[in-house]
Amino acid sequence: MNSFFQRRFVIQGIFIAVGLVLLMRLFYIQVIDKSYFLSANNNVLRKKIIYPARGVILDRNGQILVQNEPVYDLMVIPHEVKPFDTLEFCRLIGIDKAGFDKRFLKAKNYSPYRASVFEKQLSAMTYATFQETLFQYPGFYVQNRSVRRYPDTIAAQFLGYISEVNDKDIENSNGFYKPGDYIGRSGVERSYEELLRGQRGVENLMVDAFNRPKGHFSDGRYDTLAVAGDKLISSLDKDLQKFGEQLMKNKLGSIVAIEPSTGEILAFVSSPTYDPNMMVGRQRSKNSVALYKDPNKPMFIRPIQAEYPPGSIFKVINALVSQQFGQAKPDTRYFCAGGYRFGRRGLMRCTHVHGSVDLAQSIQYSCNTYYGYVYNRMIDHSGLRPVNAFKKWREAVAKFNIGSKLDIDFPNERKGHLPTDELYTKRWKSDRWGSSFNISLSIGQGELGITPLQMANVAASVANRGYFYKPHLIKAIGEKQVIKPEFTKKNYTGIDAKYYDVVIEGMSRVINQPGGTAYNSVTIINGIEFCGKTGTVQNPHGKDHAVFFGFAPRNNPKIAIAIVVENVGFGATWAAPIASFMVEKYLKDSVDKPKAIIDYYLHKNLMPGHDKPKVKVKPATSDSTDKKSEPETPPISEANTKAKLPNE
Amino acid sequence: MNNQRGLFFNVDWIMILIYLALCIIGWFNIHAAVYDVNHPSILDLETNYGKQFLFIIGALIIGGLIMVMDAKFFNSIAPVFYGITLILLIIVLIVGRNVGGNQAWIPLGSFRLQPSEFAKFSTCLLLARYLSATNLKLNDIKTLITSGIILLIPMGLIMLQPDTGSALTFTSIVFVLYREGLSGYVLVIGAICIALFVLALLFNKFFLIGVLIAITIATIYLNKKNRKLVTVVFAGAIISIAFIFCVDFAYENVLQSHQRNRIDVILGKIDDPRGQGYNLNQSKIAIGSGGLWGKGYLQGTQTKYDFVPEQSTDFIFCTVGEEWGFVGSLVVITLYLTLLIRIVNLAERQRSSFSRIYGYGVASILFFHFFINIGMTIGLVPVIGIPLPFLSYGGSSLWSFTILLFILLKLDSNRMGFI
Repeated sequence: MNSFFQRRFVIQGIFIAVGLVLLMRLFYIQVIDKSYFLSANNNVLRKKIIYPARGVILDRNGQILVQNEPVYDLMVIPHEVKPFDTLEFCRLIGIDKAGFDKRFLKAKNYSPYRASVFEKQLSAMTYATFQETLFQYPGFYVQNRSVRRYPDTIAAQFLGYISEVNDKDIENSNGFYKPGDYIGRSGVERSYEELLRGQRGVENLMVDAFNRPKGHFSDGRYDTLAVAGDKLISSLDKDLQKFGEQLMKNKLGSIVAIEPSTGEILAFVSSPTYDPNMMVGRQRSKNSVALYKDPNKPMFIRPIQAEYPPGSIFKVINALVSQQFGQAKPDTRYFCAGGYRFGRRGLMRCTHVHGSVDLAQSIQYSCNTYYGYVYNRMIDHSGLRPVNAFKKWREAVAKFNIGSKLDIDFPNERKGHLPTDELYTKRWKSDRWGSSFNISLSIGQGELGITPLQMANVAASVANRGYFYKPHLIKAIGEKQVIKPEFTKKNYTGIDAKYYDVVIEGMSRVINQPGGTAYNSVTIINGIEFCGKTGTVQNPHGKDHAVFFGFAPRNNPKIAIAIVVENVGFGATWAAPIASFMVEKYLKDSVDKPKAIIDYYLHKNLMPGHDKPKVKVKPATSDSTDKKSEPETPPISEANTKAKLPNE
Repeated sequence: MNNQRGLFFNVDWIMILIYLALCIIGWFNIHAAVYDVNHPSILDLETNYGKQFLFIIGALIIGGLIMVMDAKFFNSIAPVFYGITLILLIIVLIVGRNVGGNQAWIPLGSFRLQPSEFAKFSTCLLLARYLSATNLKLNDIKTLITSGIILLIPMGLIMLQPDTGSALTFTSIVFVLYREGLSGYVLVIGAICIALFVLALLFNKFFLIGVLIAITIATIYLNKKNRKLVTVVFAGAIISIAFIFCVDFAYENVLQSHQRNRIDVILGKIDDPRGQGYNLNQSKIAIGSGGLWGKGYLQGTQTKYDFVPEQSTDFIFCTVGEEWGFVGSLVVITLYLTLLIRIVNLAERQRSSFSRIYGYGVASILFFHFFINIGMTIGLVPVIGIPLPFLSYGGSSLWSFTILLFILLKLDSNRMGFI
């Protein structure tokens, strides 16, 4: 010991002070500042997203409509990319240098540290060759994905398509979608997106400082498995749908077939259609532009988007409503002298001079005169002011779901058009108007717009004698085959069941009795009482549209159907035979008609502008067309615009 | 005689326990830091943790050998050790193996010898021997110069490797000199120098000089009657200004670019966590992500997956921080502080000044390593490549620290005898 003994405390004090400084600093970075924890995870964790298989869609008999096929997306994490032979790389995946730079810049702009899609949907072949050299390109990796494949190339508009999400989708999804994800854009793919897409899984993988994989973080405790999307069982009958599409080939129009007892849509044909496989893969954007540019609008979903005045099929509704109002009875007769006179000089022509006609016959012959009188009674002689009577009439018609959406499980449905009394009050600048001011409504012309789906739904309501189930395209969801409750609820049309008998009698005679507008050997189905009603939609822009709706068999109906064939004239000529084939195909599995006749309908080209067909099969009767009594309003119809378009 | 009673008679068991604890902590953390799934066993001799086990065994044997030697031997052998060390330091400059930019290793078969590690205790021994001679006053300029020469020769040779970190270790001997009578102002001046160094780098030097002059004038004006103070302050100001210019010059011309960068990173002048600041940033991430309780043994990711460089040697504390959290860090730091304070206590209870001075030398060198190493991993001091005593992987460093400590233990166990 010497005189500087006390200095030991100074030295020990310095030691302790330094120790405390270290501890304080450690306490700060370890306990207080949490950012290092995140940085550590950023260093080590690589989240790998496991994409679930999108749900498959089956037809009503369990046959596949859409399935999945594996493809490979090439991903890139820009900041991990090290210099490499870009030319060789470009050659491998089949792009050029400029394309490479563009993609790389895009990925870098998105995020240098996060993975983004460099090239989409490499084929299995490209992937196989590329995979061997992948290790030479740090920062790039391949992610499995699946794309849709449509084995039968049918029901394109029904199934819809998927495409890559855009910025808006990502924004609206609360973080669910990431760039490069796919989303249902139309059809079932869109309306059932939440069910079909399934749940993504995440693997938390660890990497070391050189980005070499080091297994699962915490032995996979935080990993989640991908859950495949739900299987959807569609109400479509694949064979019927296919047959319908073949029949409508080279024709513009729609077929909608519904099972009346459930509301399940059996066929959903929109023509022209396209091969749904075109909307998949690397050619997708090119193909979709071509489809959108096609003058015949294959992307236009006619069954739910085309609105036509219903024409004579609307007489069925007027026959029902007038009975319900007590203003017509089965034996109510009017005399048809070839037309219905109204107002001072108005004349609504009938196709023939039908003479004395009762209610059933009025449908059988499609007598315009009869419905002029019926409508006149409902509006002008009901005891109410005509305006109010019209309101009541409108209300009754609206119950058939005309002028409003059916809200089927399908996006972009149009609601059609059912005019209100205000429309006429405004037009005539007074509410002192009567039936003569809109007499064309009596025969389904004028300001009416009805989609083929709505027509089919009316047919189903008639078949059921007074109610319908909401038409739908997906009958069951998932393995448990869940049925949406809204599809099992009866919707009543407000017409008592007894009033249907006479109307159905008339509809049966249309096809099965001489004098019926569609009575001929092609339309009659052996052994099945097929009931229906023809219609012809006036088209001021070109040839009239042929319309038909009906159901079969008469008792305990199994199928209700509506058909529109654009620009071909009478409903009986084209629409009724096609409907008959469809019904027979569905009920009997095959059409018991000479092959030549079926082939004729199958191969007939009725596209607008195509050569006028030589009529081989002569329809026995003609449909009644009405000549507009007033030179007013063109029919409200999307289809009308199509006549103006140049042909294919 | 006392030392006939047994090998470990009178030995300080607390120190040995702390020593063993630190060695074992080091071994387990090396296991975790460079854990290899193909060689999971901590005793696998193909791995660094297996080798460290051998080094620890070797260190214990060395410790045992020291304990059987005569205490007087270390005093008399000091000049020889010192001479051998200097020769080795010269040899290493000629035949040394260059590892990581430093020519610090002499290859000996499958092992490599790092003479700079051994320079620490041999210098300590010689300094103790010199200063313990009777009638020396440290405030004599001649004594100071001789002491300085003893320190500066190995320091200079190490600088030539160049291993700045190890060379800087010798500056810690200032504590020894202070204890033995060097004016307390030395510590104050040292602190001022460090402060000025930092300030000179952080601020514009003319601005700094301006502030300094202003303070000086104000102080002189307020104390104009105290002539002595005025003189001191005036001289201090002149020296400080000179020092600032020196710092500037040294910083630009003496320091190497990586050293400048390390200093700039610490001072926040460079914010480049992926480049210059990568090591420090990753080190902080590893320690900071440990939280309060740590991620658990072998559960650390930052060190095991190579994000932290030198994770088994200079940055071994990262594994402690990451896997054992703040609690583990607290344990390790407490062990070190206990050891350091214990060494000082031991030194003070020595009868011979040789043992005392040597004891302070051990404390100073261990303290320097402890502070600089842990400080650099958490961003308090610039990155300086020196090991953490007893924890870092490596035979040379473990053995040299073992020798350093066990000579003190031997001297202490023999404290009743006279040298």
